[in-house]
Amino acid sequence: MKKNRYALLIIALIVGLLASMTFAVMVGSVDITPRIIWELLFTKLGLSLETTVSNPQSIIIWEIRLPRVILAAIVGAALSISGAAIQALVKNSIADPYILGVSSGASVGATSVILLGAFSAIGNYALSFAAFLGAIFAVIIVFLLARVNGRISVVRLLLAGIAISMVFSAITNFMLMMSKQQGGIQAVMHWMLGSLAGAKWSNLGIPFFIFLLVFTLLLLNYRQLNALLLGEETAATLGINLDRFRIFIILFVSLLTGVIVAVSGSIGFVGLIIPHLVRMMVGSNYKVVLPISALIGAIFLVWADMVARIVIAPEEMPIGIITAVCGSPFFIWMLRRRRYSFGDGE
Amino acid sequence: MMLQVKDISFSIADKQILHNITFSIHQGKFVGLIGPNGSGKSTMLKIIYRHLKQTSGMVTLYEDDIIHISQKKLAQEIAVVSQETPVLFDFTVKDLVLMGRTPYKKWLANDNQEDFAIVEESMHLANVQHLENRTFNQLSGGEKKRVMLARALAQQAKILILDEPTNHLDIEHQYQLMDLVKGLPITIVAALHDLNLAAGYCDELLVMKDGALYMEGTPEEVLTEETLKRVFHVQAGISKNPFTKKLHLFFYTKQ
Repeated sequence: MKKNRYALLIIALIVGLLASMTFAVMVGSVDITPRIIWELLFTKLGLSLETTVSNPQSIIIWEIRLPRVILAAIVGAALSISGAAIQALVKNSIADPYILGVSSGASVGATSVILLGAFSAIGNYALSFAAFLGAIFAVIIVFLLARVNGRISVVRLLLAGIAISMVFSAITNFMLMMSKQQGGIQAVMHWMLGSLAGAKWSNLGIPFFIFLLVFTLLLLNYRQLNALLLGEETAATLGINLDRFRIFIILFVSLLTGVIVAVSGSIGFVGLIIPHLVRMMVGSNYKVVLPISALIGAIFLVWADMVARIVIAPEEMPIGIITAVCGSPFFIWMLRRRRYSFGDGE
Repeated sequence: MMLQVKDISFSIADKQILHNITFSIHQGKFVGLIGPNGSGKSTMLKIIYRHLKQTSGMVTLYEDDIIHISQKKLAQEIAVVSQETPVLFDFTVKDLVLMGRTPYKKWLANDNQEDFAIVEESMHLANVQHLENRTFNQLSGGEKKRVMLARALAQQAKILILDEPTNHLDIEHQYQLMDLVKGLPITIVAALHDLNLAAGYCDELLVMKDGALYMEGTPEEVLTEETLKRVFHVQAGISKNPFTKKLHLFFYTKQ
């Protein structure tokens, strides 16, 4: 009975996601009907030969809007499952995927590319590459700081994450302070608040496959994630090798968030709020929480990006502003609800 | 010999918590660990289920040092109900009890009919079946305890370790839980505060005082006026419960 209910919910959300994505492709300065989108899609996939889609329409859909909408879905799904996993790892309901220093590390990388022209040899990929490098570098430091006698302490992990984030933010701010280029500073701000404007088919592949990999690995380990919520001691008596499992989560979640931040900047709030929303709907069992978080996160970000594109058109609003503005009131509403305790237990 | 504790010492920083403790536990026995607050009962149990690592000495399970047993295998051998289990976020009772099956699950394995049957039976034994669709954090302290017991039963381990299992339980559920545990065909090691429960149910008692093993033996051997005065600093009278024929202790202070 219950199982069927979740299956139905998942199917409904998949339909919802496809509908949202179709709608998001339609919206913009050039109007496009859903029929055109699906017709083009079938043509591109070689399933239909006749087409009434004009060439400019085709370019707008295929080269600009579709990759962007797909990237939005991937980023939303990835941030949501990362947040859900991190919340289990550190047993803390205010944790988000950036708690291990990913976003501040990435910011240093991105800023040094934008303002100082680092890695200019690799051209267009410099920004993503530097951001990823910064993110992974920050996580490694946090990880090493949190290890005492070969064991990872959760409190140390959280505090090291905060400390390293502060140091890296200071470096970013210092570079911004010293910079004379107005345009560069603006570009850094834009990057830090997140944007999906850089979406191209060529940069969808890595995020998509890393997302699939990490999602699958987390789902295969849903029992371990559940057990972590019962505390270290009980998790261990249920046969979980805590040290190994923690390293596993840190490794793969950092990889995923690092890749995501590299292509989209640090979009806030999604990784914090979506897992809570999902738990409020379906409880804490990670077997259900993971797929539903991925789907709802994807839908949320597709809509957020669409709003970001049109709200001050022809300018673009950074998507991080949209997620915060839409997310906060909703989060506050959740806070005031009695039935959901944010994991407090009382 | 099922479980052997050999010359275990444990220190945190410079403070020695346990001093050279040695004892053995035979298969199928109900062994009670008694002693005043701070005597090291919980610490001893945590070393047995490997949550803490001893400073020196060894714990063996069927002659194997538990250090060399994998976490998963150990969880199939030893199940634990600890004093408090904080549950972050919330689970239904049924989902929680099902987690007891974790040590038997491989990566891709789904919960099968056998697991559900074991979960049903465990919930039934611990008398929490009527709560199966409730969420854990809504339950009373006593109900939570019984749910955790059901979870441990679902683990189908050969040794069940209980750290003050009757805490938070009303008198009916205290006896119900002890009856249930006593009826299990497995080895039980329980830290107990209520000496009458210990006298009534345990086959053997280990008395701890100041981090050392003070005495061991049957309840009749161990629970004497002398021991109670020395270890617990109380005056006690000892008689027999007319119904169960077990020892019955009563306590008084000189005023």
